[in-house]
Amino acid sequence: MQTIGQQFINGLSLGSIYALLALGYTMVYGIIKLINFAHGDIYMLGAFWGYYVINQLHFNFILAMLSAMLFCALVGVVIEYFAYRPLRHSPRITALITAIGVSFLLENGMSYLFTANTRSFPQVIKTVTYHVAGLRISNIQLLILGSACFLMLLLELIIKRTKMGKAMRAVAVDPTAAQLVGINLNHTISFTFALGSAMAGAAGVLIGLYYNSIDPLMGMTPGIKAFVAAVIGGIGSIPGASLGGFIIGILETGVQAIGLSAYKDAVVYFVLIVILLVMPAGIFGKHTKEKV
Amino acid sequence: MLTVKDLVVNYGAIQAVKKVSFEIHTGEIVTLIGANGAGKSTILKTISGILHPVSGEIIYQDRPLKKVTAPKIVRAGISQVPEGRHIFPGLSVQENLQMGAFLRTDRTAISKTYDDVYHYFPVLKQRRHQDAATLSGGEQQMLAMGRALMAKPQLMLLDEPSMGLAPIFINEIFDIIKAINAAGTTVLLIEQNANKALAIADRGYVLASGQIKLSGTGTELLANTAVQKAYLGG
Repeated sequence: MQTIGQQFINGLSLGSIYALLALGYTMVYGIIKLINFAHGDIYMLGAFWGYYVINQLHFNFILAMLSAMLFCALVGVVIEYFAYRPLRHSPRITALITAIGVSFLLENGMSYLFTANTRSFPQVIKTVTYHVAGLRISNIQLLILGSACFLMLLLELIIKRTKMGKAMRAVAVDPTAAQLVGINLNHTISFTFALGSAMAGAAGVLIGLYYNSIDPLMGMTPGIKAFVAAVIGGIGSIPGASLGGFIIGILETGVQAIGLSAYKDAVVYFVLIVILLVMPAGIFGKHTKEKV
Repeated sequence: MLTVKDLVVNYGAIQAVKKVSFEIHTGEIVTLIGANGAGKSTILKTISGILHPVSGEIIYQDRPLKKVTAPKIVRAGISQVPEGRHIFPGLSVQENLQMGAFLRTDRTAISKTYDDVYHYFPVLKQRRHQDAATLSGGEQQMLAMGRALMAKPQLMLLDEPSMGLAPIFINEIFDIIKAINAAGTTVLLIEQNANKALAIADRGYVLASGQIKLSGTGTELLANTAVQKAYLGG
């Protein structure tokens, strides 16, 4: 029972990172129907940004995370502007392949500039472990869970309540009608990339703190898993992405706990296959005939 | 107010509009009638900046609208009620209306426009917190019109507002178009329901295969035997 509780807590922390990442995938997909495969690498850039500002500029945690979010938002907007915008009217596969290209560029560019070595992330916050009812909970885990939930709530408010958030939803459901009421598609799409990438930047700093190590290829696997989380939740659905993230996180730690560490990735993909067989549109997805 | 001169527009590989010219004077209701595929919607999409002409000119209040983006055209005072309504599902009725006023910033003026829209369409006020997707077809048409009004247009373009509606709604929609016009908005109306459209229009143009075949006042066209034969089932 204790082990289950312990793994559940670990799973929640990891899952909230996946959830933050999955939000970016799902928002970008919702608005331009593109699987942004470079999204995991934006998370890597966020982690590196955190590493540098903490080490060189001695930023505290909050400042490091906020600046990483800003930096990644900017990177996301720049990537969309140069890589995806010129392909807006091309077949979708062209943009998809470009996204993979951008991902390679970021991974190999960072390996070239900063070497492919693993670095240890500066521990700006001293780890304190609390013992509650026989469970070990670290302050870092609480911080990750708290920050992630706060950001998801903030995102939900932006999308539901602000004019720009409503414009995002309008463009996602009907871009032509959105233009007819005066919504600028380019601005709205840039805004979406900025929001999604900022979430990835925050996730990057949080994971650095949690796992204590970063490297230029760190975005690959979490990127794909967050994509799986977005698909399980129903791609295009914001609550679906959050839920999917938590499911994947808990699943992964659960599988490790029963001693199948070697199979943790396989189990994630297996669950993806099962969910897609039973619910092809994901948990919260709308049933459409569109194919990616 | 709006002058269209020798407009040529391609829709995909076909030339949908072939040297079309017409004009709309301030305060009028002008209608373009014609069969499906005559090029009516293409003309409206081009005026709104969604499609771009191959050649020809669109001049709005002495300014050419060539290469002007859709949002700027809305800002200039032209808003469109698109064919098939195209409301935003997932957004509430009120949020749909709010999107209609996307480019406006003066809060007091916007709340005045909400009142106007709710005055024309009381049912929208009743349902303002409902998801727009849950409205009936007629209500969605009203919402699409309300959304276009939220931009406070000087010229309103209506693309097939009666399409797919029950007769009771059709009469109501046409009455409201007249009321909107009487309140000072110029109207360009596209309709397959030529009878209804010509009855409320000051002037009309008959479009076939991308060209203007006939023009005249609403009453003249209603009385024209060729028009009766082709479009009025006479």
